[in-house]
Order: sequence, then structure tokens, then C-alpha cells
Amino acid sequence: MNVILMGLTKHFPSKNKRSKEVVVAVDDLSFEIPDGQLVGLLGPSGCGKTTTLNLISGLEKPTAGSIFFGKDDVTTVPPEMRGVGLVFQNYALYPHMTVLQNILFPLENLKGDKKLSKEEMLKRAHDAADLVQITELLERKPAELSGGQQQRAAIARALVKMPKILLLDEPLSNLDARLRLQTREELRRIQRETGITTVFVTHDQEEAMSISDMIVVMKDGSLNQKGRPQEVYDDPVNLFVAKFLGNPPINVFRGEVRNEKLFIGQEAVMDAPLYPNGPVTVGIRPEGFVPNDGGRFTCGLVGVEVMGRDTSVVCSHPEFEGASIRAIVSSENNVDASKKTVVFDLKPNKVFLFDVDTGRRLRPGRGSR
Amino acid sequence: MKKSGLKAWLYLLPSLIFLGFFMVYPLVDVLVYSLEEGYNSASQTFSGVGLYNYAYVLRDPYFLQAVKNTFILVIITVPVSTGLALLISLGLSSIGKLRELFRTIYFLPYVTNTLAVGLVFMILFKKTPYTDGMVNMLIGLFGGKSVDFIEGPYWAKMFVLCFYTVWIVLPFKILILTSALASVNKDYYSAARVDGASGFRIFARITVPMISPMLFYLIITGFIGAFKAYSDSVALFGTNLNAAGMNTIVGYIYDMLYGDSGGYPSYASAAALILFAIVFTITVINLFISRKKVNA
Amino acid sequence: MNEYEKAERRAAKRKRAVKTITIILLSVWALIVLFPFYWMVLSSIKSYGSYNSERIPKFIAEAPTLQNYISAFTEVPLAKYFLNTLVFTVITTALMLIVTVLAAFAFARLDFKGKNVVFALFLALMMIPNELVIITNFQTITNMGLRNTFHGLVLPSVTSVFYIYLLKENFENIPDELYKAAKVDGTSDMKYLLKVMLPISRPTIITITILKVIECWNSYVWPRLITDDKARFLVSNGIQEIRENGFGRENIPAMMAAVVVISVPLIILFFIFRKKIMEGVARGGTKG
Repeated sequence: MNVILMGLTKHFPSKNKRSKEVVVAVDDLSFEIPDGQLVGLLGPSGCGKTTTLNLISGLEKPTAGSIFFGKDDVTTVPPEMRGVGLVFQNYALYPHMTVLQNILFPLENLKGDKKLSKEEMLKRAHDAADLVQITELLERKPAELSGGQQQRAAIARALVKMPKILLLDEPLSNLDARLRLQTREELRRIQRETGITTVFVTHDQEEAMSISDMIVVMKDGSLNQKGRPQEVYDDPVNLFVAKFLGNPPINVFRGEVRNEKLFIGQEAVMDAPLYPNGPVTVGIRPEGFVPNDGGRFTCGLVGVEVMGRDTSVVCSHPEFEGASIRAIVSSENNVDASKKTVVFDLKPNKVFLFDVDTGRRLRPGRGSR
Repeated sequence: MKKSGLKAWLYLLPSLIFLGFFMVYPLVDVLVYSLEEGYNSASQTFSGVGLYNYAYVLRDPYFLQAVKNTFILVIITVPVSTGLALLISLGLSSIGKLRELFRTIYFLPYVTNTLAVGLVFMILFKKTPYTDGMVNMLIGLFGGKSVDFIEGPYWAKMFVLCFYTVWIVLPFKILILTSALASVNKDYYSAARVDGASGFRIFARITVPMISPMLFYLIITGFIGAFKAYSDSVALFGTNLNAAGMNTIVGYIYDMLYGDSGGYPSYASAAALILFAIVFTITVINLFISRKKVNA
Repeated sequence: MNEYEKAERRAAKRKRAVKTITIILLSVWALIVLFPFYWMVLSSIKSYGSYNSERIPKFIAEAPTLQNYISAFTEVPLAKYFLNTLVFTVITTALMLIVTVLAAFAFARLDFKGKNVVFALFLALMMIPNELVIITNFQTITNMGLRNTFHGLVLPSVTSVFYIYLLKENFENIPDELYKAAKVDGTSDMKYLLKVMLPISRPTIITITILKVIECWNSYVWPRLITDDKARFLVSNGIQEIRENGFGRENIPAMMAAVVVISVPLIILFFIFRKKIMEGVARGGTKG
């Protein structure tokens, strides 16, 4: 089942009761989630991603716009009729029920011709438990489970009614680092096995990048960019997206284009064919630096951290915006840590230029400024 | 180290003196009193040791009346007040702006003097030669016959007592239940809604189990409190409760101790220990049930 | 309009109806709660004559008068009751605070042999009903000749194990580092208690103070047992006395004036400290 959001907007009344202003949580959001894909809704906290999830589940009603599941307009359909499974950030497992009772709960609520016999319910519950591999834990109470097990139980409860769409709110944020890695693989496997269109919300770009078929980057309630993770990483549409994706983060410099050359400080660090003249914001991915004594970009050397396969070179530059530049280079390149400076060549496809004021990505030869 | 130990006891000394003198010693003493037969307050002598005081109290018609009154009061007011408090708290949690106002109003009886407001209740319910009173006027409005609730039939007096008791104990229960309801994570309700649970099912399967520890706490303290009822009855029917037939067990204890019928600390002690036994038994039963039902 | 939208509208309509009914029912109970207060104020400003001539009670006072308040203070010693209660409340609460703070400090901050045993015994005392110990206390106070004195009234009312427990919990939440820092600076235990722990625990101190004040102001059983001299009555026995032998005749408006006077201090206190009182009671206070 694909999901289409059209012009989705959600206003909340302002917290300050006296002011008549509203908080715009989601602003004119439109995109399509293709059938059977795992989609990561990504953005900093307060960007409206959880609100978007609640709009899809039906827990919130949009102020404007509509939501389609396939061909059906579900904008006004109440949550229980939408056929969605929802996994909460804190899992919201009912603490007084066993895991089995938790999983059975949605089935017991079915009415009319959808009503199931006791045996069918138990079979479905066990199938769901098998899928997430918690069959041995069915008689336990949630408090007796580890975080990862609670997470699986919550997913089983969401899956048991065979939803058309599975929604997860920050599914990994309550887990410790090791479990997080393991669980995200698990999430991927469950999604693959069931083939259910799945949307999850996260503020952790690595999490989203690692398992999603598609990521949707949001900021201030609106869509910034969507696409396959690598696509978005390699071709960010603006400075925000470029900064938000990638770890270590992208290095940002003040620069200027003069006569189709990119200057950072006094140095022409790279050719910039077809770019118009003028000041720009330069973003360079950490892996975009290639140490080369005959190179064009000279930085002060702060330190060298060897991390096995890669080496992290920490540098400084007067035009750099932030604390310290981080370049990731192959350990085969010897960087002499005793020197005061290091000289790089830049990989053109790892360097992005942005408009100084709007942060929009600048592309060669297109339009005038 | 030794010095700090001594200092600690010094800090504790005032409370130890007060508690020892006015709680621990009396606790032992009340047992002794209850076993001393034929104790004379004036000469502070007694004629023997045994269970006669208990036998006397258990045969005393005034005591039996008090036990009956107390039990009726407990059986009616505990479920009614707890149920009503639950309904009101649910109502409060479902409305928006007016909630704080209602909460404040509902709490008012807690800070009032039981004796003073009881007097107002008496006047509202009382029938005098001059007037039938406020409540009887209302009954008349609906075509009923007027009743003297204060000096009339037993059921009417019991009704006023129960009504006043509920009025007095409700603020505490509403307060506890509204905060219990507010502390339930909203995600559980959202989850249940997505799972398609109806309003009633959410109430029965999610809300009640989630607040069940507080509900049981209220039921247990409600039983204990209702068994110790006394001032409410005095407020409505005056100090001579035996004459009004509205005495409670605690009232019986005090009457035995002091006043026109007083001077019998041994009988009072026996009655107090019987009351303690009743309350203790009921509390243990309550705890036993709650252990089985409440989900931690 | 599709089917869901219709269903949605119906649901919204039903929700509004339910909400309206809820508010109406809640208002009914609010009325029941408020009515006695209204009635006592109303009756207190009706004149004796007009009150007694109302065969059917009227909901407004046609000729409001303050005469009853004057009678309440002149014909019966209401001012005396009031003053007694004030003295009783202040002394008892102050003593309670001293005893409670010292004990809570010992339990929370100091180490000594048998601390856990003593504390467990304290907790066990919380379960002892007042009715059980009041008999002996009555005998003790009587034998000591303290009937009809403030000593007799105050002394057995001072300690509250529950408040010691509450304050101890609160004291224990204050980080150890503060104590160690104070020790390094050469602060004495007493000074630390007064200058650091008390200010930090102010909310809890205020809460137990208010709860104790309410308890004292409304206490009836003990004062009734221990005083038979009207000069020593507190408001609760005072009102009972007024009811039984008060104004020489069934002067209900004057009685109601007395009731208003007695009720007002706590209600004012309640409106000033509404949040604090409700929080404090929710944290474990019980009536009586």
C-alpha cells in the first residue's frame, strides 16, 4: 500500500494561552511513500516528524491537506479504521498485561464480521511473536523484559492485526548503542519478511541512512529533500541537509568564486567551472580531502588520529565555520603529524557550494545570482 | 564515631519522649486496662484480671447498636464515595478549561471544620415546628412526604449520616484519583485507540488497571476511616449519640471514657481493642485481595 | 461527503453531547458542595425574626443584617474559643516542627547504631490508630492534673510519625556532597541543618505546616475529652456547646454566623496556599 500526503498542514494552538498565534508543526507537506518500502522520516527535534507520523496514523487530524492510502482518501478516517500499526517511542506496552495479552488486545477489539475465534486470535498472536522472535517471552509482563524485547513485543502488537502500514516513532532511541545496531538490522529483516510499507521517525541520521529504502529530511515542518539515502547524501539540495547527514559532519567554509575558481582565503583550492562569481558557503565532506604535498588547499594541522583503516586528520583554517576541520583519509596516505600544516587536494564530487544567504545549493551554470 | 552516635540520639530525644509517653506506653497500657476487671477511676484499684470487660462490652446493647451503625456506614459510604470519586475524576479528566475550577470547589470540604459544617447540614435536613427545612422543601417539590432527618426514623438519620460522610471524604478521594489519572501516560490511550478499543474497553482494560494501586489505597484507607467515624455523627446528632441511636464504635469508646456515662476506661479499652481487631482484619483482607488484583 | 466523514460528524456530535452532560453532572456536584457554604452565609445574615418566620426557606436575604455576628461575639465567648484555637494551633504546630525536623535530620543525615531498627519502629507506630492510645492519654493527663490547660491539649497532639517520615525522605534527597562540603568548611551539624537543609526543604516544611494547622484547627475529639471548662474550649467544642446551650434559644442565624467565623480562616488559608495544600494532601495526607 503506498501512502500519499498532499499539502498536509497541522497547526497547534500556541502554548502561551494569551497569544492567538498558532504553532505550525507541519507545513504544506507533500510526498509519496512507495508500496512495500522502509522509509525514514528524519529531522532535528521539533521539525514535525512525529506530528507527521501521528497524522498518518490518524491520532491527529490535519488542519489542511489530505492523506491517501492507495486510492482511498483516509484524511477523516479515525485511527482504528485505518489499518495502521503504531509502535510508540516508549513502546506503550500495557504494564498490567502479559506480552501475550498485549498482542491479543488489538484482536479482541475487532467487531462484526472481522471478529476472530479464540483459536484464530491465539494463532495470529503466536505468528506475530514468532516473526519478532519473542515466543518464549509471551507469559512475561513488560517490566520483566529488556528494552530490546519490549521493542519486539511492541512491534508484534502492531503487526498482529496485519496493518497496511506500520509506523514507528523513534524505534531505537530507548536502546543502548549495541542493541541499537542489532535492532535496526532486525527491523530491516521484519520489514523485508512482511513486505509492509513502513515509516519510522528518527533524529539519528546514521540510523535512517543505514536501513531505509528512502529517507525524507524535514526541517521546521516542511520537506527539505527525499530520496534514497546515498542519493541525498551525495547530492544535498541545501546546506541544512548537507550538514544533517554524514558523520563526521560536513566541513563548512566561507569561500568565494572568482573566474571559475573556488577561493578559500587566498588560495584557489579547486576549479569551479560554470559557477558565477561571488561569495559562497563551501561544504566539504570529510572524505573529500586527499593529502597531497603538491595540493592547492593548505590547512593548519592540529592532530592525527589513526583509526585502523582510516585516519582522521584534524585541521584548522581561518575561513572555517566551527571548531575544527575533520578530514577522513585512507591510512595509506602518510600525514606527518609533526608538521605545522597539511596540504590537500579536493575531490570535486565531495565539495558542495551553497548560497550564502539562503543556504540553497548552487549548481554550475544554472541561472544567475 | 561514638560522639556522633550520642549526638544522633540527642536529635531524636524529643520525638522519642513524645512518642514513648503518648503512643508506646498507652499502647501497652490499653491492653492492661482492658484486662483489669472492676477498675475504679477514682481509687485507681481493680478487683481482678480477665476478659470480663470484653464480655461486658460485647453484651452492651449500646455497643451492639454502635457496631451496627458503623457497619452500615462503612458498607454504604466506602463503595459509594469511591465510585463517585472515580466517576467525578473521570469527568474532570475529560473536560478542559473548567477542570481547575471544579477541582478547587470539590476540595473545599477538606478544609472545613467537620463540626461547624455538620451544623449546616443539620439545619438543611432538620424539621422543626416552624419550618420543614430546605431538603424537605425539595422533597415536597417532587411530591414526596416530608421527613425529619435528624430526629426522625432510623433510615432517614442513617441517610443524612452517610450523605454527610460522603460529602466530607470525597475531596481526598477525588484529589488522589485525579492525580492518578493524570499520571497515566497518554501513549497508552493512543495505543489503545489505534488498536481499535472502544471507550468502555479502554476504561475497563486500561484505565482501571493502571490506577488500581491508588484505587485500592483509597478503598483500604476508606475502610479504616469509615470504621473510625465519630465527629460526623456528633456534628449532626449532638453529643448524646446513644439517645439518638446513632452512636459509632469510636463514639462508644469516648462515651465510656468521659461524660455522663463515662469513667470506665476498662470498657473503653476493651471496645477500642475490639475496634482495632475489626479494622486490622478488614485491612488484612483488603491487602490480600489487592495483592492478587493490583498490578505493579 | 463520504461515509467516514458522516461517521466522524456523528462521533463529534456525540462527543460534544457527552461533554455537555459531563459538565452538567459535575456542576450538580459542585452545587452540592457549595450549597452548605452558601446556606450558612445566607442564614447568618438573616435576622432572627425573619429566619423564623420563613415557613418555606428563602434563597436570598431580604434584609441582610450583621447583628448575628455581633451576637456571636457578645452572647457566647466565640472570640475566646477562637483565641484558644489559635494559641493551640500555633504552639502545637511549632513544637511539631521542632520535634519533626530534629528527628528527620537524625534519621536522614546522622549515623548511629540501631538507626534502622528505631526507624522501623517509628513506621510501625504510623499504623496505630489514635483511638487506641487516647484512653491512656486521657487518664495520664487527668492524673497529672492537666485537664483544662494548654499543656494537656498540646502535648499529646505534638508528634506525627508520618511527617517525620515525609521530611526524612525529603532530607535524603539532598546530595551528600553538600554535607561534605559544609563539613570541610567547618560547619556544625546544627548550622548545616538550619542554613542548608531547611531552606532546601522549604516546600515540604510548608506542606506539613499547613496540614498540621488544618488538623489542629479542626481537632475535636481530644479537646472534647480534656476540656470541660468553657474558658478552654476550642472552636470545635465551642460550636458544639453553642449548638447545645448556646444563645439561650434556637437562634440559628447566630449559630450560622459563628460557623462562618470558624470556617473562614481555613478557607482563606486554602485560597492562599491552594496548590501547596492540594499537593501536600495528595502526597499522603488523610483526613483526621
